[in-house]
Amino acid sequence: MKNALGEILGGCRSLITGMKITLQQFFKPQVTVHYPRQTLPIPDRYRGHVELVRDPQTGMSLCIACKSCEKACPSGCIAVEGVKRDGEKRKSPTEFQVDFTRCSLCGSCVEVCPTDALRFSKRYNLAGTSREAYYLDLLKRLQAQKS
Amino acid sequence: MTLPEPFRLLLFVVGAMAFVGLNAAYLVWVERKGAARFQRRPGPTEVGPEGLLQPIADALKLLSKQVIVPPGADATLFRLAPVLVMAPALMCFAVIPFSEALTARPLNVGLLMVFAFGSINVMAIMLGGWASRNKYAIISAARVVSQNVAYEIPLLLVVITLLLVTGTMDLQEIVRQQAGGFWRWNLFKVWVNPLMPVTFVIFFICLLAETNRAPFDMAEAESELVAGAFTEYAGMGFGVFFMGEYANIVVGCSLATVLFLGGWQSPIGVAPGAWWFLLKLYLLIFTVVWIRWTFPRTQFYGLLNLSWKILIPVSLFTLLLTSVVLKLF
Repeated sequence: MKNALGEILGGCRSLITGMKITLQQFFKPQVTVHYPRQTLPIPDRYRGHVELVRDPQTGMSLCIACKSCEKACPSGCIAVEGVKRDGEKRKSPTEFQVDFTRCSLCGSCVEVCPTDALRFSKRYNLAGTSREAYYLDLLKRLQAQKS
Repeated sequence: MTLPEPFRLLLFVVGAMAFVGLNAAYLVWVERKGAARFQRRPGPTEVGPEGLLQPIADALKLLSKQVIVPPGADATLFRLAPVLVMAPALMCFAVIPFSEALTARPLNVGLLMVFAFGSINVMAIMLGGWASRNKYAIISAARVVSQNVAYEIPLLLVVITLLLVTGTMDLQEIVRQQAGGFWRWNLFKVWVNPLMPVTFVIFFICLLAETNRAPFDMAEAESELVAGAFTEYAGMGFGVFFMGEYANIVVGCSLATVLFLGGWQSPIGVAPGAWWFLLKLYLLIFTVVWIRWTFPRTQFYGLLNLSWKILIPVSLFTLLLTSVVLKLF
């Protein structure tokens, strides 16, 4: 009898504790971010597809078209072409293509780059309807970012 | 102001239906917003400001869907079941006193009527489950019956306790007896029965069980029974079941308000009226939502054990205690 009563009272107390906890949560501010309307800041170490770094002085790419990244890429998804322009000591790229469908974001290209001309972008909204949407022209992207 | 009888009744019929419809639609919104707040989410926000038009969008969607009667089902019973859930809930509003003047039909057996119609709810869900010819639905129907049989007993024992105190089944009269401040409410009549608050808690638990609300929603335990008795229902058949559930919650909470919390009487003794009734009603409904989003679903034998081993003995004891106190003093 004493045991049964104790069980009932203990049960009631635990129910009330539970309800108190949920009510406290009820009055706290909400924690979810309402995605398309609000977004969270992307962490520094986030790896999107690679992109070219712009030289802050010239406004051009730091790339010297040495093709180290092309060689380093395990999936062979980078294609670089470059020319030596008159009056310049180094080559500059004329074409920088990334086939993002095959990229595994390993970062070998970023690591191997002698001039630190490559970095990971912060893009994550990458839904597309065709394969061609993922053949990225990084030079065009760099120029588009400039303007 | 007295209207001719037919007009008065017509107004009450329209009014009760509008009240139930509005509540059934917007309690869904309250439920979803409440759930979201308890889990610290925003809840529905897209349709209208704060998602206020969401119930209307949902209703339009359900209305535009085909009502499918599965082959092999008992078509008549299958179609009848949602109506049988909704109609008795509507009927109950005929006797519920919203304020001193606002009662459709003050019956001297009002309480009896509410419980008589309230029991049809069980039969309707059972019919729906049976007529669906679906194994989940039939298991659910069996559960509903055993659950409701178990909880009807303590519920009625509590009501009998209350009847001993009030001496009348007229809901309007029960409210009138509780006039003049919250200490005169039946909930706090500890001089008649020191366990009166306990009887209220038992009443409230039974109410949750009778309306198949969480944590007693064994009838539509999604994780094990798909949607229980509602598995085969599509479109507005399901919609009416859903509205019926909320209508039953409103009836149950109204009854709890009238029986224990003084109905339309003011807790501080000033300005009694329908607003107090509605305030208490919605506070109780909020508690129902609060409980749903706090406790997980019980196991089936846990549910029956609670009723047979705890609620029935305790309610019998309070009944005994009340009759002894009333006889002696």
